[in-house]
Amino acid sequence: MRKRLLIIGAGTGGLMVANFVGRDLHGEIERGEISVTLMGEQEVYTYQPGFLYVVFDLMRPAQLIRPVRELLAPGIAFVHDRALRIDAQAHKVLRAQGDPLEYDILVIATGSNLNLQEVPGLAEGGHWFYTLDGALRLRDALRNWQGGKLVLTVGVPHKCPVAPLEFTMMFDEWARLRGVRDKTEIVYSYPLGRAHSIQSVADWAGPELEARGVRVETFFNLESVDPAKHVASSLEGTDLPYDLLVAIPPHQGDELGSTSHLTEAGNWYPTDRHALSLQGHEDIFVLGDATNLPVSKAGSVAHFEAEVLADNLVGLLTEGSPPLHHYNGRAFCFIETGLDRATFISFDYEHPPTVPGATNAVHWFKQTYNRIHWANLKAVM
Amino acid sequence: MADDSAIRIDARGSFCPGPMMELIRAIKGASVGQVVVVLSNDSGSKRDIPLWSQKAGHEFLGVEEHGDYDEISVRKSH
Ligand SMILES: Cc1cc2nc3c(=O)[nH]c(=O)nc-3n(C[C@H](O)[C@H](O)[C@H](O)COP(=O)(O)OP(=O)(O)OC[C@H]3O[C@@H](n4cnc5c(N)ncnc54)[C@H](O)[C@@H]3O)c2cc1C
Repeated sequence: MRKRLLIIGAGTGGLMVANFVGRDLHGEIERGEISVTLMGEQEVYTYQPGFLYVVFDLMRPAQLIRPVRELLAPGIAFVHDRALRIDAQAHKVLRAQGDPLEYDILVIATGSNLNLQEVPGLAEGGHWFYTLDGALRLRDALRNWQGGKLVLTVGVPHKCPVAPLEFTMMFDEWARLRGVRDKTEIVYSYPLGRAHSIQSVADWAGPELEARGVRVETFFNLESVDPAKHVASSLEGTDLPYDLLVAIPPHQGDELGSTSHLTEAGNWYPTDRHALSLQGHEDIFVLGDATNLPVSKAGSVAHFEAEVLADNLVGLLTEGSPPLHHYNGRAFCFIETGLDRATFISFDYEHPPTVPGATNAVHWFKQTYNRIHWANLKAVM
Repeated sequence: MADDSAIRIDARGSFCPGPMMELIRAIKGASVGQVVVVLSNDSGSKRDIPLWSQKAGHEFLGVEEHGDYDEISVRKSH
């Protein structure tokens, strides 16, 4: 009987898994022995790391968007629809516009979203660059920037844990080049008692920010924003007046998880840290931002997970073998330290990262990656 | 520190965002007077949690060491 693999979410993790499996099992798919279906509520894929460059007018939105169908390997079906509920007992996914989709194996790659409601006043008083609309609005605000006080706040949890640092360091250099840095005050706030949750990154970032004249405000958990008075207030009782508030809003998982009674608080799926299976379900797997794993929510993590998961899915679909390949918590993040230099960190469950000195070469490596990301999604790189 | 009404959070193995963030989220949701206990194997928690409690005006109750992890308790004060 034909084995059916269904993947929900046509983002970084979902597309990569679909393409890795689709290319490996091309013959089986052609012979009708196996089917691979990718379901996504968006018909286009958006490269989110590009938002950071849109803000500074360094990339255009059109460079970040491509139709999902163009990115899929031959033989993979694309269903453009929203999944409403997973019925794990009946092996079915109910959806918004058509009949339920049945599966033998299900992969969940529904990512993470901003939860603006958690902070009263934030939607009215703040800016953010974690959505394309938000990035464009912030870009417009920066085009008119003549100086003043910029306050950056960091909500928890959030994807791409180094983006707040990157934004701050890029903004500093951008303001210098525009000749407004002397009229600009920058406050970088962080929820913990240091500049980053990873100790080695914090040890590196503290002095880097100081050298740029950025004030670091620690133990600042944004609780509310007063848009009329332009004040950001923390749970710890600190008030920060601002002219421009740039927030990394707290994130949550897609509500599909809670409607299906499969997730914990925040809509995160309880996931096995090595096999990536949904706890208590041998035929459901989770990857990318949607898991509850203590790893960064990053595209690189989704990529490394997709490689492991695809190997396991091929074994499961063709031979019924249990997951033999283990994800080891691997993550890789570029860190832009201004407009023409960058560094990177690489780590896993057992090995915390070190931060090498920033170079121009690493910056260009990242620029190149921004333009060839598509090859990575297609699983041809 | 046996307290039936305490909220217990197992944050062992949580690296980023880490145990302290889990504690802060729990304190937000707790009622005044309630105790939040967090289990952590991150060495920074022992240092950061008392500092944060002081800054946020909550009562730090102490650390119980259990070999490979710590049990850290804070009472919500306001
Ligand atoms: C500003 C910014 C900068 C970043 N920079 C970096 C970086 O430099 N390096 C890095 O590694 N990562 C970076 N990231 C993070 C990276 O983009 C994400 O971690 C990555 O996209 C996660 O992949 P995913 O597959 O889990 O989720 P996504 O790529 O977000 O995809 C989820 C998909 O699922 C769909 N979906 C959700 N729910 C449903 C449903 N119920 N039914 C149907 N479809 C659904 C969504 O529409 C979406 O298309 C950055 C992110 C941002 C916002």
